[in-house]
Amino acid sequence: MFARTAWTIFRKDVVVEVRSRELVATTMFFALSAVIVFAVALVREGRVVADAAAGILWIAIAFAGTLALGRTFERERYTDTLRALLLAPAPRAAVYVGKLLGVVAVLLLVELLLVPLVALLFDAALLRRPALLVGLLVAGTIGFASVGTLFAAMLVRARSRDVLLPVLLYPITIPVIIAGVRGTAAILQPVPDEPMATFWLMLLAAFDTVFVTVALWTFDPLMTD
Amino acid sequence: MSLDFDQVHAGGIGRHFGRRLALSQVTFTCRAGEIVGLLGPNGAGKSTLLAVLSTLLQPSSGAIRYGPHGSDVAGPALRQRLGWLGHDLQLYPELTARENLRFFADLHAVPAPEACVQRALAAARLEARADDVVSSYSRGMRQRLALERAMLHQPRLLLLDEPFTGLDGASAEALASRLRQLASEGRIIVMATHEVAFADDVLSRALILHEGRLAGDVPGRDWRTAYRDALQAVR
Repeated sequence: MFARTAWTIFRKDVVVEVRSRELVATTMFFALSAVIVFAVALVREGRVVADAAAGILWIAIAFAGTLALGRTFERERYTDTLRALLLAPAPRAAVYVGKLLGVVAVLLLVELLLVPLVALLFDAALLRRPALLVGLLVAGTIGFASVGTLFAAMLVRARSRDVLLPVLLYPITIPVIIAGVRGTAAILQPVPDEPMATFWLMLLAAFDTVFVTVALWTFDPLMTD
Repeated sequence: MSLDFDQVHAGGIGRHFGRRLALSQVTFTCRAGEIVGLLGPNGAGKSTLLAVLSTLLQPSSGAIRYGPHGSDVAGPALRQRLGWLGHDLQLYPELTARENLRFFADLHAVPAPEACVQRALAAARLEARADDVVSSYSRGMRQRLALERAMLHQPRLLLLDEPFTGLDGASAEALASRLRQLASEGRIIVMATHEVAFADDVLSRALILHEGRLAGDVPGRDWRTAYRDALQAVR
């Protein structure tokens, strides 16, 4: 029942997104704009500040992710469908997992476009170790979205949710962003530092385990007022 | 695990939000076949009481019993027997009526979901528009669809928050007729409403709430005087 409910909610989110293209369009546009602005500011005469590409990539992911998190729950708030989801006869954590999968899918789609763009504008050899990069991106995205999904759900009925979400989210997800940046920077070294990138990847996996476990544990009591 | 009940008992329900008291010592029992109205002015605690009955809000004091089951069983098995129709209709405007119903049927693990969706579309009189997105529907059509959405999994307890709001006379009469039918099938219907004119034909009992307290538990159509008194007390 748990997996079925999570899958049903994820599938619904995909259909709604395919119809509206609201989340992908806004987050992608925002992420691309941020990267282009950073490229104009930081690339002078073809020379780039060291490790800038890694930082810009993860900042764009974090900002775009915040936008996606806010919008995905705004949808559920608009016609009070979140209440209907919470009344489903399944463990409430399944609702969390379904929403988390939707946010992760949107962010991974955005990253598909973001990575080549950052590589191009910052002359960064991001694709030299594709498996490591994919691992870092997937683990980092899950870590960021797992905390964000919990907070966005908690704040859905708060009047100042748009302000509170980043205020709560960024301090807690800073370790994820730092691990993502350092891991990506290790790949971008003249000789890719695979052991260092793997270390940061493992650290991200550990963050994911902790964040997802805590979120699954707390979602039900937090959503029952 | 299957769970069923033929009455719901609220015993001394209290609920506060910070220092504000929303409900205080509310006690009543609803039985199968009844349509119980929650009446009272704005801020009387009607929506809070519905939320407590739905298990989405924990009471600060007192307890709800669903037949022999305490509210501590509140979990998937109990939620399978609860239906909720809020003022916001809990439908996805980007999806068609059929897709909305199918989604909620899957969410509630309804057996034979396709047949169930077809029956719901027929009950909502929306078969001809089943594949149109809900955002293109009128308020009345959405309301009919939302009621069938809330009934897809055959809940025992149906909770309705202002179901008549925004409906024209014909749509309201159709809704009233459907509610009477559902009650005759043995559902327990608890409905918060301001629409006294429509409630008159529907309610088998009225609970009058005033400042979070139960000011009256009135059977039949005798509730109007108690309701008027509650409103005058506010003024």
